Amino acid sequence: MTVESGGATTAAPTFQPREAEQLVQLLTPEGERIEHPDYPLDLTAADIRAMYRDLVLVRRIDTEAISLQRQGELGIWASLLGQEAAQIGSARALSPQDMVFPTYREHGVAWCRGIDPVKLLELYRGVSHGGWDPEEHKFHLYTIVIGSQTLHATGYAMGIQRDGAVGGEDAEAVVAYFGDGATSQGDVNEAFVWASVFNAPVVFFCQNNQWAISEPLEKQSRIPLYQRARGFGFPGLRVDGNDVLACYAVTKKAMQAAREGQGPTLIEAFTYRMGAHTTTDDPTRYRLASELEVWKLKDPIERVRAYLVRTGQAEPEFFAAVEAEAKEVGARVREACRTMPDPPPLSIFDNVYAEPTAILSEERERYAAYLETFEEAGR
Amino acid sequence: MTTLTLSKALNAGLRKALENDPKVLIMGEDVGKLGGVFRVTDGLWKDFGENRVIDTPLAESGIVGTAIGLALRGYRPVCEIQFDGFVYPATNQIVSQLAKMRYRSRGNVSLPVTIRIPFGGGIGAVEHHSESPEMLFAHTAGLRVVACADAADAFAMIQQSISCDDPVIFFEPKRRYWDKAEVDTVSGVTRAMPLDRAKVVLEGTDVTLLAYGPLVRTCLESALAARQGGPGNGHSIEVIDLRSLSPLDEETICASVRRTGRCVVAHEAPVYAGLGAEIAARVTEQCFYHLEAPVLRVGGFATPYPPSRLEDHYLPDLDRILDAVDRASGY
Repeated sequence: MTVESGGATTAAPTFQPREAEQLVQLLTPEGERIEHPDYPLDLTAADIRAMYRDLVLVRRIDTEAISLQRQGELGIWASLLGQEAAQIGSARALSPQDMVFPTYREHGVAWCRGIDPVKLLELYRGVSHGGWDPEEHKFHLYTIVIGSQTLHATGYAMGIQRDGAVGGEDAEAVVAYFGDGATSQGDVNEAFVWASVFNAPVVFFCQNNQWAISEPLEKQSRIPLYQRARGFGFPGLRVDGNDVLACYAVTKKAMQAAREGQGPTLIEAFTYRMGAHTTTDDPTRYRLASELEVWKLKDPIERVRAYLVRTGQAEPEFFAAVEAEAKEVGARVREACRTMPDPPPLSIFDNVYAEPTAILSEERERYAAYLETFEEAGR
Repeated sequence: MTTLTLSKALNAGLRKALENDPKVLIMGEDVGKLGGVFRVTDGLWKDFGENRVIDTPLAESGIVGTAIGLALRGYRPVCEIQFDGFVYPATNQIVSQLAKMRYRSRGNVSLPVTIRIPFGGGIGAVEHHSESPEMLFAHTAGLRVVACADAADAFAMIQQSISCDDPVIFFEPKRRYWDKAEVDTVSGVTRAMPLDRAKVVLEGTDVTLLAYGPLVRTCLESALAARQGGPGNGHSIEVIDLRSLSPLDEETICASVRRTGRCVVAHEAPVYAGLGAEIAARVTEQCFYHLEAPVLRVGGFATPYPPSRLEDHYLPDLDRILDAVDRASGY
């Protein structure tokens, strides 16, 4: 700790986490399958192939979206590059009745919940603020104000308790996604307090991608994030966030515990944001290229491919078919984005209240009349 | 008819709401066993249990944020914010989340959350316990903002707010909690005035005097004093309780001003950029040829709320209100 003469602390002691410590891993970066006593895997070869397909397709959608932003078709895009395994693994561990509260980067989770990727593009193109029905997909709207959704998730989980939907066959639970930066937010800490004292059936899934825009993890925490849970009175664990099998296994177990009435769990998925924060960001200003090179060796997709090939669980035709499908999905997303119409101007006034107020109706009428004056000018 | 204090009328209204709809929940700090610091939720925890009357951890953002989650699950939470000055930690959840969810979801999501806030000064309280932050919320599209002024309205309006499918910020005039009035607790709220309408509480011909919450009684007393002589001597003042601050009942306001030709707005919140400013603009636009005088405002100063030994200077009282009426009448 450095203390200047004025007494101001300029640097806090940095806790150096031993990365291997406590890290749950079932598939190494080289594609070696390893066993963990607490997390036996219940997946078939077909399940793992399906996850590989998910990983490839969401990366392709992401790549398309970045291109569409560069071409002026999207205002902005928040890339999930590098975080595919954390998202697909955790989302595939959910039951259909579980509820998801995402951030704005959960494109992989959205994919698993059956949200058309084009709906995600609507938000980033500026056509809507989120065009899907959250209850239909059990996937809430993207939340942009950092950490706010963790409280919604916790309240929803308290509703599940009041509905008597904890324990038993049809039990439900909630998962709240957020990032490393969000762990500094008051709302996230309040959500931890609430979930703990009410024993709410909610799993906090933190994708620690090491960077909150330009701020490294050391700006958020002196201890590994998963260890925070202990202070709130519930279990926390760290999983290899680039290992789709491990993310699946730990989420499955934590969700099951929540459904059975054992309360919340904090999962820290240790991963890496391989791209920029969003398309407006330039990571070369604050991090070294060498760091990215290290993480490229831990790529979440390559290790699954290596595993499937090595164990003979997938033929070359399978990979070719996934590649072809990715191209198709990419083309469809591209076309749908480019041809997406702007919403009609007067839709500005829709859905502010259950019924429009007199003041709102008057504004709408006046603006409609104003627009009418342009009719003859060839609008 | 039963004689009830405003606080007891709110309690009776909350009890009815809990009885009528199993999805209604009460949540906040000290609302359970204690019955709230103003006892508005007295006895509800005992009768409805801790699953429906929830003592929460001490964090306002957490109260509103989890209420949103409960509403997403189909519940109708009624949050208590203990004092006006404590609502600001919940601002993100109210303004960015609660107010906008219907709009953001293109109508797929309703959040029927009611947030009760005791507001206003006049009780000699320490700082942060006497504020009037209503315009922060009235300026936020997607919220309904209401203020009750008497026990009868308190009983009906709290039930109407809870059954409303929009989020409602419900302001309670804390210095009027102990005021008594006749309340019809039997026939329910079906015959009550709609939540978004203003109410003429005293008819008059010379000046329209608009108020809400704690100042409705002050304005009523001013109008009666004016009729009996003394300050504002001889003026026949029409007093309107706005009840709904957003949306505003322009129809009732403008109908009155067209008859009287003069308009004074009173509120405890600072005059600057207060509700009076919005009303002055709207009345000027809609009643321009009926106005005999500019719309005048009387309210708090452009200062933070002062220490309580000075609050009598800050809060509009009978004399300051009638002074404004005199000025309006002098044009």
